[in-house]
Amino acid sequence: MRHSNSGRKLSRTPAHRKALLHNLAKALLIHGKIRTTEMKAKELRRVVEPLITLAKRNDLHARRQAYRVLNDHALVKRLFDEIGPVFAGVPGGYTRVLKLAMPRKGDNAPMAIIELSRVAEPAADDKPARGKQTAAPQVAPAGETKGKAADESAPADALEAKPASSGTPKAEKEPGQDESSAA
Amino acid sequence: MAVQQNKKSRSRKGMRRSHDHVAVPAVIYCSCGEPTLPHSVCPNCGAYKGRQVLAKNENE
Repeated sequence: MRHSNSGRKLSRTPAHRKALLHNLAKALLIHGKIRTTEMKAKELRRVVEPLITLAKRNDLHARRQAYRVLNDHALVKRLFDEIGPVFAGVPGGYTRVLKLAMPRKGDNAPMAIIELSRVAEPAADDKPARGKQTAAPQVAPAGETKGKAADESAPADALEAKPASSGTPKAEKEPGQDESSAA
Repeated sequence: MAVQQNKKSRSRKGMRRSHDHVAVPAVIYCSCGEPTLPHSVCPNCGAYKGRQVLAKNENE
């Protein structure tokens, strides 16, 4: 019987597996998009999506539960303050796994990209164009107002970010995310 | 230990191996014209479902 046999073991001991998935979860939340093997990407959904659900709950207990996985107060803060609001009103499907056609050289492992299905706009110089293409069809069924607000704020943010010219991508991200969360 | 009584002929060997073959991969043609696997990001142009997923220099 396969009762209670959900999940993948990934050829690791329980502690090793837990550490691996926690590290992958941190990497995904920091970078928004990571490349790993297809099996790890699929297993990672079971860790990251509950974290985003915690971020949407946004209370002290949820923060402490997220800290148990992330073990990083700065990252928990970023998850709750920046990533959580992006997914407000989204009923699941927070991540997307895209399979890559070329397996890994060396062990022929099938590779995939896992990314957060929505990105706070605008993130970087080349991303607004790409983000708009994807955001328009995705956001349309959920709520049109959010997509419109993001599109309108995009040019304004680009102007605001340039005079600041801090150069760091994090600094450029912050004004956009503040506006999108307010909108 | 069980030991075969007779040598298998070349014919018998060939008959046994007639079903040994490598699976033919499913191939589709990406909108960029290159062959790729279905349900996967095209390694040539880095696009999937009309969305640019990889920058071109990111490809392997």
